[in-house]
Amino acid sequence: MASAALPSESAAQTDTPAIELRKVTVRFMSPQREVVALDNISFTLRQGSFLTLLGPSGCGKSTLLRVVADIIAPSAGSVRVLGHAPVEARRRRAIGFVFQDSTLLPWRSAIDNVRLPLQVGGGARSSGGRSPEELLALVGLSGWEHAMPHELSGGMRQRVAIARALLGDPRILLMDEPFGALDEITRDRLNDELLHVWRETGTTILFVTHSIHEAAYLGRQVLMLAANPGRVREIVPINLPEPRQLAIRDTAEFGALAGHLRAILETC
Amino acid sequence: MARELGLTAAIAAAPPPITEAEQARAQWLAAQSWARWQRRLLPLLGAASLLFLWWALVAVFDVKPYVAPSPEVVVVTMGQKANVLLSNLWPTVIEAISGFALGNLIAITIAVIFVHRKSMEMAFFPIVVLINSIPVVAKAPILVLLLGNGMAPKIAIAAIICFFPTLVNMVRGLEAISPQAMELMHVLSARKWEIFLRLRLPTSIPYLFSALKIAASTSVVGAIVGEWIGSQVGIGALIIQATYNFDSALLYATVITGSAFSVLFFLTIRMLERLCVRWVPHPA
Repeated sequence: MASAALPSESAAQTDTPAIELRKVTVRFMSPQREVVALDNISFTLRQGSFLTLLGPSGCGKSTLLRVVADIIAPSAGSVRVLGHAPVEARRRRAIGFVFQDSTLLPWRSAIDNVRLPLQVGGGARSSGGRSPEELLALVGLSGWEHAMPHELSGGMRQRVAIARALLGDPRILLMDEPFGALDEITRDRLNDELLHVWRETGTTILFVTHSIHEAAYLGRQVLMLAANPGRVREIVPINLPEPRQLAIRDTAEFGALAGHLRAILETC
Repeated sequence: MARELGLTAAIAAAPPPITEAEQARAQWLAAQSWARWQRRLLPLLGAASLLFLWWALVAVFDVKPYVAPSPEVVVVTMGQKANVLLSNLWPTVIEAISGFALGNLIAITIAVIFVHRKSMEMAFFPIVVLINSIPVVAKAPILVLLLGNGMAPKIAIAAIICFFPTLVNMVRGLEAISPQAMELMHVLSARKWEIFLRLRLPTSIPYLFSALKIAASTSVVGAIVGEWIGSQVGIGALIIQATYNFDSALLYATVITGSAFSVLFFLTIRMLERLCVRWVPHPA
């Protein structure tokens, strides 16, 4: 059984946890056999944190995100999102989701894609938050409001997807390998911009990746999952100087950290 | 092209020699405009050479006029009998367009039902496939017996012939949404009709137009086949009359009139497609 609680940094942090999983198990049925995607997962994530999920393919990283987003119902265990059931959190628009593929609607311009959450499901629940225009500016796309998705590069499409997920000021942002399909240069730049967005919005981010460097650079903690069945292997705190800049990747400290993560990954 | 432009710009940005860059650019532009002319001229040249071949074959082998006319006779006939051709084209146009509208409307409606009620699709799709497998020339007499000798059976045949490709394409289009797009809609708590309106319907439009382009041509075929069986007017009736009278010039003129309308109908739908579907890059 693998279970762990993330350390609470200050005693003043009495808020409800952003995400709380207790003994969550997810099984998928198939005619041949029963697949256990997640096995007895427990962890708590406080609000405002940035957790990266790292693990080999098939360890259930994406499944874990989908359990939090109320896309997949757990077979056993309990999930609380901001103290509510996931379905409630979803209905209150507490969750923004960014997929690996930008999933933009190709017939809509950038700004109209960002507006989508206003037009379905009863619109954005929280009246506050940034406007679609402000969100595009936040992700560095001012001036591109009326560009169509096929006119944008892969990195720019992913920025639009992030802006869309941030509409309505969700307290939690779930990201499923959002930069996995991008080249390294674009990925590095978007990593920095995501950290900027995180600092600006104060949202809680749960970020799935299979890049060790991305996991260490972005996360304040790295949740390492082992595969077959997916279970928590270890939670590694990342104590790097703040605010993070790409140059720290060249430091010996970062190299040692990445080596440490790689060593754990090999036992997953 | 962008690379060429970038290269030229880089050279031009440097101090002299500017002339060399300008020369390269002029040459490139000339090559481009020549390529553009070729794209327009070569199809015309191809058509003209085939027309010439037709004319030469008729002349050289002394083909009798009741077997096949020479091209210039067809052209003269089209001028002389313009009234007859147009008065017979009109019913065919009405039948084809009405059948097109009716068949596609029913196909789209049923596709929407199939996508939302899988059980309906499972129950009725095999029957639709079965009916579609009956050749149109076999279906036509049945419909004439059922609907009489007026325009109704022709419209029905045109509609039936349009129906199947549109149904199949529309079902495919409405289901051609990525699982992630569905997950996105779920996370946004979108209702079923919102998913239909904002996601399924727009996704299906390019698929629909592929089917409509097929239907534009086949609806004319359906109307003409309908007119073969017991009709006094229409392109189909005129084809039968001209054939029985060994009037090959009129036969060819009628066929050309019918296909001209068919091409025009197709091009209209393609133009509509380009207006409606701007997010999918079209091949030139």
